Amino acid sequence: MNTRDVVITGLGLVSCLGEGVDTHWAAFRDPVLPPPVDDTTLAPYPVHKIGEIDWNLQIPKRGDQRQMEAWQRLGVYAAGLALDDAGLKADEALCASMDMIIAAAGGERDTQVDESIMIGAAGANDFEVFLNERLTNDLRPTLFLAQLSNLLAGNISIVHKVTGSSRTMMGEEGAGISALDTAVARLSSGQSTHMLVGAALHPETPDKILIFETGHQLHQGPWQPVWSRDGDGGGLIAGSGAAFLVLETREHAEKRGRTPYAAVEKVVSGRARRAAGQLEAGIAELASQAGLDAPHLVISGASGLHGPTAAEKAALADHALRGYASLTGHMREVQLLFGVALAALTVSKGEALPPLAGPESPFAGSVERVAATAVANLSGEGIAVLRKA
Amino acid sequence: MSSDLDHLGRPVIAVTGMGVVTSLGAGLTDNWAALTSGKSGIHRITRFPIDHLKTTMAGTVDYLDASNAGMAPLTFELGATAAREAVALAGIGPDFGGRLFVAAPPIELTWHDRLEIYRKGKGEGYARLLGAARDTDNQAIFENMQFGVVAERLADEFGTRGVPITTSTACASGATAIQLGVEAIRRGECDRALIVGADGSANAESMIRFSLLSALSTQNEVPEKASKPFSRDRDGFVLAEGGAALVLESLASARARGAKILGIMRGCGEKADDFHRTRSKPDGSPAIAAVRAALDDAGVDESAIGYVNAHGTSTPENDKMEHLSLATVFGERMKKIPISSNKSMIGHTLSAAGAVEAVFSLITMREGVIPPTINHDNPDPAIDLDVVPNVKRQADVGMVLSNSFGFGGQNACLVMAREPG
Repeated sequence: MNTRDVVITGLGLVSCLGEGVDTHWAAFRDPVLPPPVDDTTLAPYPVHKIGEIDWNLQIPKRGDQRQMEAWQRLGVYAAGLALDDAGLKADEALCASMDMIIAAAGGERDTQVDESIMIGAAGANDFEVFLNERLTNDLRPTLFLAQLSNLLAGNISIVHKVTGSSRTMMGEEGAGISALDTAVARLSSGQSTHMLVGAALHPETPDKILIFETGHQLHQGPWQPVWSRDGDGGGLIAGSGAAFLVLETREHAEKRGRTPYAAVEKVVSGRARRAAGQLEAGIAELASQAGLDAPHLVISGASGLHGPTAAEKAALADHALRGYASLTGHMREVQLLFGVALAALTVSKGEALPPLAGPESPFAGSVERVAATAVANLSGEGIAVLRKA
Repeated sequence: MSSDLDHLGRPVIAVTGMGVVTSLGAGLTDNWAALTSGKSGIHRITRFPIDHLKTTMAGTVDYLDASNAGMAPLTFELGATAAREAVALAGIGPDFGGRLFVAAPPIELTWHDRLEIYRKGKGEGYARLLGAARDTDNQAIFENMQFGVVAERLADEFGTRGVPITTSTACASGATAIQLGVEAIRRGECDRALIVGADGSANAESMIRFSLLSALSTQNEVPEKASKPFSRDRDGFVLAEGGAALVLESLASARARGAKILGIMRGCGEKADDFHRTRSKPDGSPAIAAVRAALDDAGVDESAIGYVNAHGTSTPENDKMEHLSLATVFGERMKKIPISSNKSMIGHTLSAAGAVEAVFSLITMREGVIPPTINHDNPDPAIDLDVVPNVKRQADVGMVLSNSFGFGGQNACLVMAREPG
């Protein structure tokens, strides 16, 4: 053991299954199928929506809540859960010296304004002049701040006073991989002592669903496990949710008397040449770099998107996969971080998750070492290996 | 010969390649000539109609193939053009080998593309848009709405390794990308890193969003005079586009391959502000902390800095706060340290600014010439700084501080040196 080992001491989780560590452990330990899924609001696309959340619990000022749309609120809320879970929420000094890396896309658009412009476009003499007029008159002045990628982090600084540093990474699933990878590297090299890493997604509005469907990525029709979505559409069901992790050096955690969930043994990432058909081989190579030679329990972030999910299933066929997105939906930037959180819980409880949904094999081996995967829909793959702290 | 390791035993980071593109032109030579002659790249917008806009000027880059192709293709071309120059100057072949860190704007579906999909559908509103997206092929549009698209294309063109990282820390993004590269080399993850900051997001919606926040200058009559950092009558920044690239390399690696050392990336500092989404803490403490962190990281005290490349946006708030922060850190001496704002000429290149201004800071030291702050006809009496008004100045500068501050409480500072050791 090394004092610069990176350990996980706080988890903040929200998904369609509920919020918090205990709720999620219960939901994954005893999965109820199908999971909560709304297949009417955005039909033909099912979406895993989050339930009612009392934002006041983590975002006490109404003024702060009003400055955000759902994506940012969800992230700030989950960040608060993680800080609470790590016993840091009330520690002003440690929050003020805490480094933060957020993986983010952008916030919600004003879909009513968009619709009025799309509908009015046909009758406009000069669309671009019409666009200037409508946007100038109709956009809410502060909406931009709810859309900017780095304002999830900005709001976390304001609400939770995390101000050591604030970096936001963009780039879909790969941003989540890089956020974790960078955080672990900074901690283990002495560039930081404690970090907040997280992401959120709230694809419950048509502008967000559109981003997936423009690439024909969405599953249509009734819910299916991620491994068996060979029916209509592209295969993924989008899910609302967030995952935030508090990461520290072992020394830092011990000094403040915290018992970690797990240690992060390594994070490996790659960028397989998919156009050349090398995704499956690329994932297998990563698994080898991650030291997954014997069969392991692997918390898979498989999205359900046909190509990447099939490649992951084939490349990791020797392992016991748990495709958690069957229950939560695909959460893009959150993908790896949510899997890591579940892996940390598994290691900490010392109990393997049962098969969740679809063809998943039981696992009777050791859960002292558990992996989490993220294979991005378009580019980038990552595997994190956790072990008993 | 100086050591390959710094004051903390970490690899010294050399800059061995640089490239830049702004509204003043493409390439180091043209930009430097314009910048030192006090020329402005700000002009009336012609890319889209200016009817109904409160601000009708910008520093758009209108001379590239992708200038009218939308945010993602233009941002890529700005970044790739700068990176080609940087990689060539560094003498590195087509296979870069190291890692890639990109600062780029948040990517969105453009209105042009949204309508292109919409026209193919039936019905109205988002239902029509989604139906059309489902029933037709829009692969090119789809790729251009991915947040990672610019970095993915750069990684393919330059042969960088690993998952490319795109950072967004608003107007500090360029500096953050440099910091990520510096840290990766210090950790020994790679011998070199390609840093690209690019921003081609000057479209109507972006202009209107900033206008609605009252962030942009509305002094439209004479566009080249609108950006006037540290002046009494400054009223906002001028939105602009640009790209810059730096090849960062461990000094040991640069020396081993006989590369020309263009400068040293000596230290980086950052600090987040929890005061407000767009305004800084009134006492300037986060910016002060970021400057001090950069000096500490560089292993120098205030006396080492010979020039400050200001964030200097020309907004009433930024310039006041930047002055306060610098006066706090540097004390009385701040009145004597030359400080200038490139943004007076090129406008605010947003996500690219930190990288663009790092390149100009390095040339400032190499050439011994400080580019001026132009449009400085009416100094703000509350800001007692030597802003190198209107005319360039010869100066022997060995070390520069470059500031970047952004919405969302972002503060990032870089300390660069002319020579190793």
